[in-house]
Amino acid sequence: AHDGKTVGRLGEGNQNGKLSEIKKKIQSVLPGGAWNPLYNTSHLPPEHSDVVIVGGGVIGLSVAYWLKRLEKRRGAIRVLVVERDHTYSRASTVLSVGGIRQQFSVPENIQLSLFSIEFLRNINEYLAVVDDPPLDIQFNPAGYLLLASEKGAAVMESNVKVQRQEGAKVCLMSPEQLRNKFPWINTEGVALASYGMEHEGWFDPWCLLQGLRRKVQSMGVLFCHGEVTRFVSSSSHAVTTSGEEVTLKRIHEVHVKRDHSLEYQPVECAIVINAAGAWSGQIAELAGVGKGPPGTLQGTRLPVELRKRYVYFWHCPQGPGLETPFVIDASGAYFRREGLGNNYLGGCSPTEEEEPDPGNLEVDHDFFQNKVWPPLAQRVPAFETLKVRNAWAGYYDYNTFDQNGVVGPHPLVVNMYFATGFSGHGLQQAPAVGRAVAEMVLDGHFQTINLSPFLFNRFYLGVKVQEHNII
Amino acid sequence: MKAGGRGKLGGTRLHLVTPVWNRSTRGIRGLSRAVGPEGSQKKGRSLLQFLADRFYDVQALREYLLRKQVLTVHQKNRFQGKEWIRSNARGHFPLDFVTFQAVPVEAVDASGCAINYQGLDSLLALKELQSLWLQRCPHVDDWCLSRLHPLANSLQELSLAGCPRISERGLACLHHLQNLRRLDISDLPAVSNPGLTQILVEEMLPSCEVLGADWAQGLKSGPEEQSRDTASPIPA
Repeated sequence: AHDGKTVGRLGEGNQNGKLSEIKKKIQSVLPGGAWNPLYNTSHLPPEHSDVVIVGGGVIGLSVAYWLKRLEKRRGAIRVLVVERDHTYSRASTVLSVGGIRQQFSVPENIQLSLFSIEFLRNINEYLAVVDDPPLDIQFNPAGYLLLASEKGAAVMESNVKVQRQEGAKVCLMSPEQLRNKFPWINTEGVALASYGMEHEGWFDPWCLLQGLRRKVQSMGVLFCHGEVTRFVSSSSHAVTTSGEEVTLKRIHEVHVKRDHSLEYQPVECAIVINAAGAWSGQIAELAGVGKGPPGTLQGTRLPVELRKRYVYFWHCPQGPGLETPFVIDASGAYFRREGLGNNYLGGCSPTEEEEPDPGNLEVDHDFFQNKVWPPLAQRVPAFETLKVRNAWAGYYDYNTFDQNGVVGPHPLVVNMYFATGFSGHGLQQAPAVGRAVAEMVLDGHFQTINLSPFLFNRFYLGVKVQEHNII
Repeated sequence: MKAGGRGKLGGTRLHLVTPVWNRSTRGIRGLSRAVGPEGSQKKGRSLLQFLADRFYDVQALREYLLRKQVLTVHQKNRFQGKEWIRSNARGHFPLDFVTFQAVPVEAVDASGCAINYQGLDSLLALKELQSLWLQRCPHVDDWCLSRLHPLANSLQELSLAGCPRISERGLACLHHLQNLRRLDISDLPAVSNPGLTQILVEEMLPSCEVLGADWAQGLKSGPEEQSRDTASPIPA
């Protein structure tokens, strides 16, 4: 029979190589060979998905929930949530202190928070899953107490006016009223205090996360444990009204790489939602946001960075009692009660110069000694004797521009939507932000709460929506 | 169920006692016996009773009407200077109730009512409310307690006994009620540590008498009690 050897004697060396290649291929196709086109891909994400949400924290899951809830026909939208860390060990959601308040200076923030508290109050109507037990988010309706010195008193008054207009239940207290109500406070240096009477407090973020996860899985959202490594997009050129040329990009594929493996799956998608929290800046860079000459729209990066924040847990036997609200001192240090055993959680945001290195989540205990304890002990004399039991660190998705969220589509990468940059108040706005982004995706404009001040454009136009009350 | 029809309303006095639906009535027949019979009604009722004994349809109809009545909110109110006003057998209030519109409500007994977060709107409008009983209300939870702060100026007595959804987190927002003199927090199944919670609430409201769990409950028995237990033999 004719085989390679016979042909090889007659033909050239080149032909010999090609033919042996063909022979190898034929051998691998036959049973017993190495080629296996029908291998099991169930561990990989699907090849097509209408919406890919990068990031499976509370914001990403909230967007997934509202997308499925507001879709026009059941099963109309296929949603894929890609989360790199399935234990949520570094996710901001679960490391958060869990507070929710309406005491902001920007009206949109107040509205977002009011919507979210209504969502949390009726969480078992929103997130009910057949045959599963109801959720108990362990909400403590103790309110927030913000203290202001002489300098900040006027700003606080105007903020409270705005808050009351939006429907928050906040009251202003003088130092004397403060002493009567909370005898454990030392009111030296306090000129004014604002106290939230209702709809403010703290809850368990892990429970909210699990509730959302359970519900969106029951609604048909697919989860993928993997990392987004690449966006494949196509560009088209357009000319603006003033004659400038702009390059519009459209993402076609998202490459999702499996953990500890080289395998990746190109997921063809129509819309990408960047809800990667502290890592949103890196995802935006992958998509080409900010690749251009500085000062232009192409060159405007997403100004969201990782910032590390510490939370300390201490025990103080003579500390304030059951009525303790979430106290935020004028110096920026804060604390709240945790449980019934005279335990407290607290911390302080460092100044720009003292920003710790966000490379890891190690806790700096000296920071507590030097920066957190002195202002708290001055404000609450009982805290002079306390014992730190535990501490952890988490990331803020810090918006270096104006410390407020970025919501909505990018003007040039037309199918990437942002839902990030909340700088420490993302958890309490998550349900409302999810709804806003879903409305933007499905209807093209915001319906319940108008978040146009939070669009990406403001970074290019330089319009700051500065939030003053962040901790 | 209309006000006219059979028999007069049982007088417009202010201290009528309703038949207590959930305890002493056993079915329709017990109900008709519990209502204090007025003269003209007795004959009609015994005929209906006779029919109900004989025909399943009539019995089912009476049970249906009873269920409808029981579902209406069973509120009892006390006005300033007067006695308790309660609804009569048919769930109706006496006709001169409307003359009390200008009189402030002093006490509300909403025990067992299915009042919820939105329903509290009507209670919070009562600026001179002194006494509020919310015993065994199945939907009153921590969120509802956080709404009670507008009543801080007048509320002196609050009873939350037996509410299944209240936990110690909601009790923390009772400190707004500085005029509270009597607080009943007994028998709250969702409170994780009743003894400790009682102590903390007492510290939070120093001028208030707090009725609740006995703080010693849950503590292990002392050595002398233990020896007594082991000494006595188990009865056969």
